[in-house]
Amino acid sequence: MKILIVDDFSTMRRIIKNLLRDLGFTNTAEADDGTTALPMLQSGSFDFLVTDWNMPGMSGIDLLRQVRADDRLKHLPVLMVTAEAKRDQIIEAAQAGVNGYVVKPFTAQVLKEKIEKIFERVNS
Amino acid sequence: MEHTDSLGDFESTLKKHAHELVQSLEKGRFGDAVQLIHELNQTRDRGLYQEVGKLTRELHSAIVNFQIDPSMPQAEEVSQITDATERLSYVVRLTENAANRTMDLVEQSTPLMSGLTNDAAALSADWGRFMRREVGAEEFRELARRVEGFLTRSETETRQVSANLNDILLAQDYQDLTGQVIKRVTQLVTEVESNLLKLVLMASQVDRFAGIEHDHQSIRTEKDQEKHLSQGEGPQIHADKREDVVSGQDDVDDLLSSLGF
Repeated sequence: MKILIVDDFSTMRRIIKNLLRDLGFTNTAEADDGTTALPMLQSGSFDFLVTDWNMPGMSGIDLLRQVRADDRLKHLPVLMVTAEAKRDQIIEAAQAGVNGYVVKPFTAQVLKEKIEKIFERVNS
Repeated sequence: MEHTDSLGDFESTLKKHAHELVQSLEKGRFGDAVQLIHELNQTRDRGLYQEVGKLTRELHSAIVNFQIDPSMPQAEEVSQITDATERLSYVVRLTENAANRTMDLVEQSTPLMSGLTNDAAALSADWGRFMRREVGAEEFRELARRVEGFLTRSETETRQVSANLNDILLAQDYQDLTGQVIKRVTQLVTEVESNLLKLVLMASQVDRFAGIEHDHQSIRTEKDQEKHLSQGEGPQIHADKREDVVSGQDDVDDLLSSLGF
């Protein structure tokens, strides 16, 4: 299971990376915005994407749209972990095809639940 | 307020002259009419120049106040805005360092703790066998050695973890420093805002004299475009007071399930 973590703040990437490791996902890579993440996704065999929304360069929602528009990536499970909390934004993300949405600040328990739920659905 | 006075003067002159102008025209005194139009123009110009003058003076003193004019002698000192920017970068740096320091210490402590937990579990299992007299003499000697090693190790390693916890505590000292910096920047922003507001009020006087009308509709559209959702807004400070914002993960989950998630 290879996971890409996209966030413009290195501390947040580190927190997510640590939480994922606690959940048993040790194979992770990091990118600081959509522009650097997209080529990594296209060339690497990632099984899961965790992305922030608000980033310089390409935002998380645009990254999500690019992923869904790419034939080889369109089935990649995407979890959004973001401070963006407007209802319209959550609806926008849902319409763009997000698999889960976690608002910051979040707990390890919430992240675990959402990830497990996504895998449950993907595997069924 | 003096603006309202000068504007009031202008408006009463305007009314008076307009009345006289109509009368002159009706009576066919075109010379007088032209003279009145000229006077009207002069009053308007005088008011306009006065307001523009005030605005310029205010703008100049605002620039001096914020020391953003590179031709001013104070420019050698850092301008307050640049200074504020630097202060905020310092806050970002400080909080980032503290976060990383804390995570370093946690990452250092976690393997120590899980090592001790695993060893304790293994020893406790073997100790149980010993108590049930299932352990031979040779094995017991080995068990005693392991217990001794575990005790020594747990002493040094728990001491290390305690030291790390203490350092994690100390890493939170950024709160005091960043708090002070942020308070000062907030103060500056408030000052800048009230000065800007003054300038805007003066500019609106100029607008009235000059008869400039702004297209509020297009200004609003422009503003709305800037606020487009995809750009993101960052954390919501008053999430509990806003209808269009979720107040936590439970809200997000409810919203998503209502969308069929």
